[in-house]
Amino acid sequence: MAVSQSAIEARRVTKLFQGAGQDTVRALDDVSVTIRENEFFTLLGPSGCGKTTLLRLIAGFDFPTEGEILLHGQDIAPLPPFKRPVNTVFQNYALFPHMTVAQNIGFGLEMLGKPRAETEARVSEMLKLVRMEELRNRKTSQISGGQQQRVALARALAPAPKVLLLDEPLSALDYKLRKDMQIELKRLQHETGITFIFVTHDQEEALTMSDRIAVMSKGKILQVGSPHEIYDHPSERFVANFIGETNFLQGEVERAAKGLAKVKLASGVLLDASVPASMVPTGKVTIVIRPEHAQLTSEKAGVLKGVLENVVYFGTDTHFHVELDGGGEFTVRQQNTRTGGTVPDRGSRVGIAVSGDAAQVLRD
Amino acid sequence: MPVAQQVADNARRNDIRSRWLLSAPALVVIFFAAIGPLFIVLMYSFMAKGDYGDVKYWQWSLDGWFNVFFERDIFDDTVTLADAHLTILWRSIKLAFMTTVATLIFGFPTAYFIATRPERTRELWLFLITIPFWTNLLIRTFAIQEVIRNEGIVNTLLLKLGVIDRPIQLMFTDFAIMLGMVYIYLPLMVLPLFSSMERLDFRLIEAGYDLYASKFQVLRRIIVPLVKPGIIAGSILVFIPSLGAYVTPRVLGGGKNMMLGNLIDLQFGQGRNWPLGSALSITLMAIVMVALLVYVRNASKSGAGHG
Repeated sequence: MAVSQSAIEARRVTKLFQGAGQDTVRALDDVSVTIRENEFFTLLGPSGCGKTTLLRLIAGFDFPTEGEILLHGQDIAPLPPFKRPVNTVFQNYALFPHMTVAQNIGFGLEMLGKPRAETEARVSEMLKLVRMEELRNRKTSQISGGQQQRVALARALAPAPKVLLLDEPLSALDYKLRKDMQIELKRLQHETGITFIFVTHDQEEALTMSDRIAVMSKGKILQVGSPHEIYDHPSERFVANFIGETNFLQGEVERAAKGLAKVKLASGVLLDASVPASMVPTGKVTIVIRPEHAQLTSEKAGVLKGVLENVVYFGTDTHFHVELDGGGEFTVRQQNTRTGGTVPDRGSRVGIAVSGDAAQVLRD
Repeated sequence: MPVAQQVADNARRNDIRSRWLLSAPALVVIFFAAIGPLFIVLMYSFMAKGDYGDVKYWQWSLDGWFNVFFERDIFDDTVTLADAHLTILWRSIKLAFMTTVATLIFGFPTAYFIATRPERTRELWLFLITIPFWTNLLIRTFAIQEVIRNEGIVNTLLLKLGVIDRPIQLMFTDFAIMLGMVYIYLPLMVLPLFSSMERLDFRLIEAGYDLYASKFQVLRRIIVPLVKPGIIAGSILVFIPSLGAYVTPRVLGGGKNMMLGNLIDLQFGQGRNWPLGSALSITLMAIVMVALLVYVRNASKSGAGHG
């Protein structure tokens, strides 16, 4: 991967909120992360994990209790939000109801004191970018949710910010529109070359759009990596669980060397598994295998063996639930093909083959 | 068919009748308490004045209206403008306007402060705002007098501190009247402003900051346009009673600094000129109507499309 400059860097940021009564809420707990220039970076996590708090700290609506936030290497703590070259697309768009579409989009430029002609030109350019030219003189209350979304985007992009913050911007849209906007956002990010920091709780959204993802839980960043890395090599139980479906297996480390470990399962089977960086696994560990990284085989050919408990047909694929020897459930997902194969009967003994580096040791 | 038609007609008629019957109490109140007396006042303004107050019934005369604006010299019948009346009229409009502006200046930050408190403390603040209403208007006005009179709190304190060596004359000035009216009518400004601000979406303010608007620009471009309905309602609620104020100018303005309300009172009392008093009352109402129309038209022009 090419080395690029950091757009935003959070250094050991902690944010405390005064909760109800005497207790304080630790919204962010010693978070450090570097977001590179021109990347589509996603903060992914369930509600209350601190992702929006981090976004608000970058925007300047809140200030960190501890730690610092750097923009292009410079501490932005002393800057109020209206002096930060950062713009936000708000969750419910927060369009100004007393202004037209064009006035909304031009607001930032106007506040920056740009000449009227320049603002006009830029507004037209933005309207074209989000394909909204015909609606420039409408009030924002007279356009649909998807259109409001586009106006909010255009408004935030108009002043050409260094970093664009997006706070769950797609959550209010219906499924079809959300799909379209995902592609649209990716296109805009590509065309403008602006760093996007995108907050979502939707793992699918994160996987399809991001260059890199930070998975957050309880005020901490658990893992940062490309969608591929996050999905195929989750390093924490939470990450593995939150993104996609996963099989968890318990085992004991026999040998470990250079990112690889031999793990002995309860049934006595030895399995090769990759190990997260900078971890030396010992003793009892949990390993994960994605359902689609395993295949159902005859009992003899499989590494894992067990009894087929249930078969669930999903159209594009079929799930096989297997009760493993030595305890534990295991799900295999298999793509359905035209020719199909003979599906073993429920209750019959089957084997499971695991592809090369599919097994992954968790940092428990 | 005709039978069905008849039944339907009967039902309609009954429906209309019951509607009239149900609104009858309100109609009676409106007629006897509002329209009726107003009509009597209007009639009186066109009658000749009685010798010891009252009017000469059914003797029509335009003297009442004439006397609103003009004076006829007792000795040589020359007609001049009624300077005293115009001065009082001007003072009333000026003081009512200044009171409205002053309550807006003080009320806006107050309402904003209350609207931005957490829900529980917000109720407490609102409660505190309404406390003065529990006390009689006259008593509150006398309380102001106690503060600003020559031997009052302000002057005594300033004298003790050596800031001044003679008491400042605050009582019986236009300033005293305005001070009293601002104090008394402030809640009428704060409450509608608050209800507008309470509905304000504070994310819009963050959006403003995010788009490089300074605090002042956020106030001018976002908050003020969005709470405009509250500003209008508050201004109307303060301007109208200020214009017709009676107690406050009477107590704090003394005999010299009269306002319209006092002038009208004078005509029905010592002046014994009921037609003039009636004409002045109608004039006051007309001013309020014109002011309202101008305000509402302006507001709907610049604030169209939302709210």
